[in-house]
Amino acid sequence: MSTSVEGGTGNGANPGPNGHRTEVTKLDRVVIRFAGDSGDGMQLTGDRFTSEAAAFGNDLATLPNFPAEIRAPQGTLPGVSSFQLHFADYDILTPGDRPDVLVAMNPAALKANVKDLPRGGTLIVNTDEFTKRNLTKVGYESNPLESHELEDYLVHEVAMATLTQGALADTGLGKKDAERCKNMFALGLLSWMYHRPTEGTERFLREKFAKKPDLAEANILAFRAGWNYGETTEAFASTFQVAPAKLPRGTYRQITGNTALAYGLIAASQQAKLPMLLGTYPITPASDILHELSKHKNFGITTFQAEDEIAGIAAALGASYGGRLGVTSTSGPGVALKSETIGLAVMTELPLVIIDVQRGGPSTGLPTKTEQADLLQAMYGRNGESPVPIVAPRSPADCFDAAVEAVRIALKYRTPVMLLSDGAIANGSEPWLIPDVEELPDLTVKFASAPNAMDGSDEFWPYVRDTETLAREWAIPGTPGLQHRIGGLEKADGAGNISYDPDNHDRMVRLRQSKVDGVDVARLAVDDPSGEARVLALGWGSSYGPIGAACRRVRKSGMKIAQAHLRHLNPFPANLGDVLRAYDTVVVPEMNLGQLSLLLRGRYLVDVRSYTKVAGLPFKAEELADVFTNVINDSEGTDSANEHQLAATEAHE
Amino acid sequence: MTAIDLGLPQLGGLDGVPTTDEPQKAKEYKSDQEVRWCPGCGDYVVLNAVQSFLPSLGLKRENIVFVSGIGCSSRFPYYMNTYGVHSIHGRAPAIATGLAVTRPDLSVWVVTGDGDALSIGGNHLIHTLRRNVNLKILLFNNRIYGLTKGQYSPTSEEGKVTKSTPMGSLDHPFNPVSLALGAEGTFVARALDSDRKGLTEVLRQAAEHRGSALVEIYQNCPIFNDGAFDVLKEQGEAERRLIPLEHGKPIRFGAEGEFGVVRSGFGSLEVAKVADVGEDALVTHDAHTDDPSYAFALSRLSTQDLSHTVTGVFRSVRRATYDDTARAQVQQAQDAKPADLGKLLHGRETWTVA
Repeated sequence: MSTSVEGGTGNGANPGPNGHRTEVTKLDRVVIRFAGDSGDGMQLTGDRFTSEAAAFGNDLATLPNFPAEIRAPQGTLPGVSSFQLHFADYDILTPGDRPDVLVAMNPAALKANVKDLPRGGTLIVNTDEFTKRNLTKVGYESNPLESHELEDYLVHEVAMATLTQGALADTGLGKKDAERCKNMFALGLLSWMYHRPTEGTERFLREKFAKKPDLAEANILAFRAGWNYGETTEAFASTFQVAPAKLPRGTYRQITGNTALAYGLIAASQQAKLPMLLGTYPITPASDILHELSKHKNFGITTFQAEDEIAGIAAALGASYGGRLGVTSTSGPGVALKSETIGLAVMTELPLVIIDVQRGGPSTGLPTKTEQADLLQAMYGRNGESPVPIVAPRSPADCFDAAVEAVRIALKYRTPVMLLSDGAIANGSEPWLIPDVEELPDLTVKFASAPNAMDGSDEFWPYVRDTETLAREWAIPGTPGLQHRIGGLEKADGAGNISYDPDNHDRMVRLRQSKVDGVDVARLAVDDPSGEARVLALGWGSSYGPIGAACRRVRKSGMKIAQAHLRHLNPFPANLGDVLRAYDTVVVPEMNLGQLSLLLRGRYLVDVRSYTKVAGLPFKAEELADVFTNVINDSEGTDSANEHQLAATEAHE
Repeated sequence: MTAIDLGLPQLGGLDGVPTTDEPQKAKEYKSDQEVRWCPGCGDYVVLNAVQSFLPSLGLKRENIVFVSGIGCSSRFPYYMNTYGVHSIHGRAPAIATGLAVTRPDLSVWVVTGDGDALSIGGNHLIHTLRRNVNLKILLFNNRIYGLTKGQYSPTSEEGKVTKSTPMGSLDHPFNPVSLALGAEGTFVARALDSDRKGLTEVLRQAAEHRGSALVEIYQNCPIFNDGAFDVLKEQGEAERRLIPLEHGKPIRFGAEGEFGVVRSGFGSLEVAKVADVGEDALVTHDAHTDDPSYAFALSRLSTQDLSHTVTGVFRSVRRATYDDTARAQVQQAQDAKPADLGKLLHGRETWTVA
């Protein structure tokens, strides 16, 4: 963390109700990481703290990080689950590079996470789990709490399980069940430390355990016990306040990327006045889109959990053929299976939205970790010349707009559209300025209603095109007189009958390409406050946050850098070539081995500096700031002292 | 998990599809495309039978859709003057599912072959049948891969010598009717391309069935597997091999009705001479038997060497269809809660920045 850039300032003091004085430190931002065993409820704890921060009006960003196994062996390193939350009094862009506060519920969580905690960071440890057996399990020869190992940190040792059991002693709950409430104890303690509102969490617990009021009360008791522990013991010298953020005016809510994406689809379906069919197969990290949409059938949505990935997209395409909004959701391995059907949608020129929530690959790869390595798959992963527009959201909340945009293109141009989200923004959350429904775009479509044959007959020709968009007419079954046949075989331009004519195929391939090349995408905006930057940082998708935060750091240090971010990966914005050529150096960070860089070089014959990393986690702002600084120094010809670091950077390519 | 009783369908197979009083002719169902199957192909016969039969349903032609996969038979939609999709290999049932679920006003037909439906598309076929989507599936079985020029198929008999099996096929074949019944298909039937009357009758019953109807049609490939079903067509042979089913009638066959089907062993059936067992021992065919085991036992009377082949409707039972119940859930949700987009987007916890 670079405190000089984003660190806290100011402090005050107030007496606690019990008379002892607890300092109140005002901070502009804090990063907290909750870490524990997969069964410890860390995701829930993080979620609740996030809701409290949102309710308080902070800007925030979250990064859940959990294993693919539902319950990896208890107390082991592979079983560690964590949730990182960054909240601030100004608009932030990322979940934070490193935690300021680490809550470690067991030795495994400590071991897996403490290396990320900067010196001087706060460490809150549940001592009850630091038994010899648990320590040995993760390779600690001695108890780190009893050695000098943690002396760089401000360590708070709290016997959370014991304290929770004590607080619940009168509830009649068994010891084991009582112990399971310790995550709420931790949440209560942190809520006290950061002056968080508590009503929301208590209401949430009552609703979550509506059918088990005993458990609801037990969790609330544990939550309050954690709060009171902070309040009454003198272990904590200071509490912290992070004021509400000054965000643009409007009404906000907290939202994850997958939920925002689902809402975007619902909104688009409403705006198009077309009922939606989601044909899908469960896959991490995309399944939540299915879960969310299946709750909203009142919007005329049909969710079809198919027998496999192929059937999911096939059913969606069948619905599109019938004049509905066909959507399929998956991750990279699913896209591989759906490829042939995407090709059929290209050939039949029907609207279809394919959502790829990218994860680490190849093959099964890293199901719960993030990556941006499906760009070339989306672009080229089909047989033949098979162009497909590609849209990518840049943050959790942006998934809403990106989904609406994907549907708009699909309907207007009668084409399958790839929507490339990824694991980081799918599960991550942030505040969302809720859009005014009245201001959503009109996406209504016109189905064909009359014969259109160009030979003057009363036939319907399926491949007659709109001269402006090159979209063919969408004639849906049930329309009298327009009976026609479409399919995967090459079609004669216009009439649409099977054609193996060489010139016709050449023409049709080029027409399909021209149609996609001509999709109306917004010009690329460049953010360059100084107007004098010679280096451009260009990214796409979920790396927007870290790239933006890194640019802020670089600018704060007195250097100049421009930032641009691509929402449309196919076609590229019309001014992209000019933008690239306007800078001495373009640096392109990607969570892959340089897929966008390859496209840019190939398309524009402009070299770019590729910075890549595929660690399954988002970039850190600090890391990118170093990269940008080095590139700027390099570009200015100043021989930086960090030369070896730049070399290391390039070694990633 | 709570299970919700979805109720039994009270609808007929074509309810909801608009009809017309205008008399229709087979000719109106022929598209302007030249039919490009090989001369003598069994597909012509089936095409003609379907084109002649559809007018009798009295449906608006624009509300009929044929969806196919890949293979010789999958060219079928191009020759029908209805709506049609010639899709990709094996996926027709899945595409048709999406269409049928969202468009109750359409009569949706799938045309597929033994390779398309049982090999590359086997998964979609069984899942469509278990869901009981309101689709009519015509499975053209010629026991060979025709379009790829003569490799064995999943219905080719063991030991078959083909281009890809010069020493004989090692695969044990599927019995498509058994497979469909194993998936608890609610309507399962078989017909021969050469038996226009029997085929038309099976098609009629399939059309009227609410739910998935699988009709296996034995179809001759004159180029790569010519004469595969000849023994079922030759006079003198056909009578003692074909076992035609008729609901409510004793199962009896042979030139003189000298053979019949009787119960044997653990729920299985066997062929017997009526003279040996007596008329009373013959099984009376009940296609509405809910337990698919009975129809399955019937399907096992068919053998690879065609020494016996059962035809007609094996099973026709009522079960809630996927598409009807999926639509009912949407309706139920719409009745319970208005579609208020603004409210949805706001959710429960919001805050305002002034």
